[in-house]
Amino acid sequence: MAGNDQLYQDIVMDRFRHPRRAGRPEKFDAEAEGSNPLCGDRIHLYFDRAASSISHESHGCAIMIASAELMADAVAGKDAAQIRQLRAQFETVVTTGTEHPALGDLNALASLSEYRARIRCATLPWATLGLALEGAE
Amino acid sequence: MSAAIEMESFDLSAIRKDFPILASEVHGRRLVFLDSAASAQKPRAVIDAMVFAMEHQYANVHRGLHWMSERTSDAYEAVRDKVAKLLNAASRDEIVFTRNGTESINLVAYTYGRAILQPGDAIVVSEMEHHANLVPWQMLRDAHGVELRIVKITDSGEIDFNSLEDQFADGKVKLLAVTHMSNVLGTYTPAERLAKFAHARGAKILLDGCQAIVHRQVDVQAIDADFYVFSGHKLYGPTGIGILYAKREILESMPPFLGGGDMIGTVSYQRSTWAKPPHRFEAGTPAILETIGLGAAIDYVEAIGFPAIAAHERILTEHALSVLSAIPGLRILGSAQDRGGVISFTMEDAHAHDIATLLDRQGIAIRAGHHCAEPLMGRLGVTSTARASFALYTTIEEIDALAAGLIRVKQVFG
Repeated sequence: MAGNDQLYQDIVMDRFRHPRRAGRPEKFDAEAEGSNPLCGDRIHLYFDRAASSISHESHGCAIMIASAELMADAVAGKDAAQIRQLRAQFETVVTTGTEHPALGDLNALASLSEYRARIRCATLPWATLGLALEGAE
Repeated sequence: MSAAIEMESFDLSAIRKDFPILASEVHGRRLVFLDSAASAQKPRAVIDAMVFAMEHQYANVHRGLHWMSERTSDAYEAVRDKVAKLLNAASRDEIVFTRNGTESINLVAYTYGRAILQPGDAIVVSEMEHHANLVPWQMLRDAHGVELRIVKITDSGEIDFNSLEDQFADGKVKLLAVTHMSNVLGTYTPAERLAKFAHARGAKILLDGCQAIVHRQVDVQAIDADFYVFSGHKLYGPTGIGILYAKREILESMPPFLGGGDMIGTVSYQRSTWAKPPHRFEAGTPAILETIGLGAAIDYVEAIGFPAIAAHERILTEHALSVLSAIPGLRILGSAQDRGGVISFTMEDAHAHDIATLLDRQGIAIRAGHHCAEPLMGRLGVTSTARASFALYTTIEEIDALAAGLIRVKQVFG
């Protein structure tokens, strides 16, 4: 697709096709549900405070599911304050298109800035994580 | 196929030149606009009519005693005649100007629904209604105590007349409110048969014609419709102008919708009397320019002629159904016998929004989502679909571009 499928690059498609953080864990301290009524995307997040790890059950588009996966990678082992900072940095990346050196693979979604209507697909998992963290605190 | 399209009365390349926006590029590609069911593009004639009014012939209507106001009122009221003729209404007084199809239905729900329908009466809508023909009735149910019933559709996406019989069996149904053409499945409903069915059981019928009006000649007297609604912006006119047709005796029985200027007979501090229909339902300064634009759109469409438009769109739809169904993993929703150029589909693996985004990068505009018909999505077992819809300016090449684009989507998601 001659240079216009930058958004759907390998890392995004790989995590969409083969999610590694999906499923309901046996043990979790908090959970939250997020949805986008406009497109029917739904995500259920589970947060394990001790391990500071999350997993998700998602039904939706490739961008949302890949974003949930990359988010789960990024926040593993981080505390609530660090997660809040990551979320803010990520939202800046997807709205401005400027990659952030600290965000690693999350930068794969930077080109979303050219697809305004799709930004909320990528931010849905983060908003849902925000709800889960509020529940855990 | 192209020979059939290039009928003398239907010069597609000339028609495309009438729509300035079709020459646009999106992401460096020529725009392929397949989202006309959401809102159609505007021909030069509509644009010029509105600009002309603003430059040469504009004042408020129905008020001024001066030359400008009289001329503007004439231009504005002439559109009521055009709409009456378009629908073959018995009288121009049966045409009410509203803001859009949604407002037309809300007007009926608010006035006819509260004043004529009684608590305990039932209203029937179908499983394939746009939210605009569902939510106003839910609000009426909650405010006024009427019952709201849903008639089933078949798996092919047609009204299930057995279910309709069931819904009407207890004699409580006083209004059948259904789409004339589904904005998701492309199904035309059998309007005349439905009207006969409702009338034989003592009910009125309201048809949501927002999609159908664009593609077919509609004759409200032949249908024997009690209410017929549509929006100007899908009929190549501007936004902000919609139509409510209702039979004269029904309109006369209805109280006003909004209060204010233009809808009154006399006003005192104590009480007011209402103007006769249609003005009773047209409070305040109306969408003057938009109404004039709709008049130009009707002239434009009628000059081409509905037989030619319908023939062109039938070829497009058949071609699209054939090329899309040849794409492995693509599922077209609905297979009604009588259907028009609105095609919803899903693809294995690729979510509708991913399809729309990847197509957009190729300059192809489609709709993706629930199409303001969330309950229908549930009925069809999906959360969202992609939808391509055609207009009189759509070409076979654009449909081929869509098919090629979808094959590329498959490659990304394959």
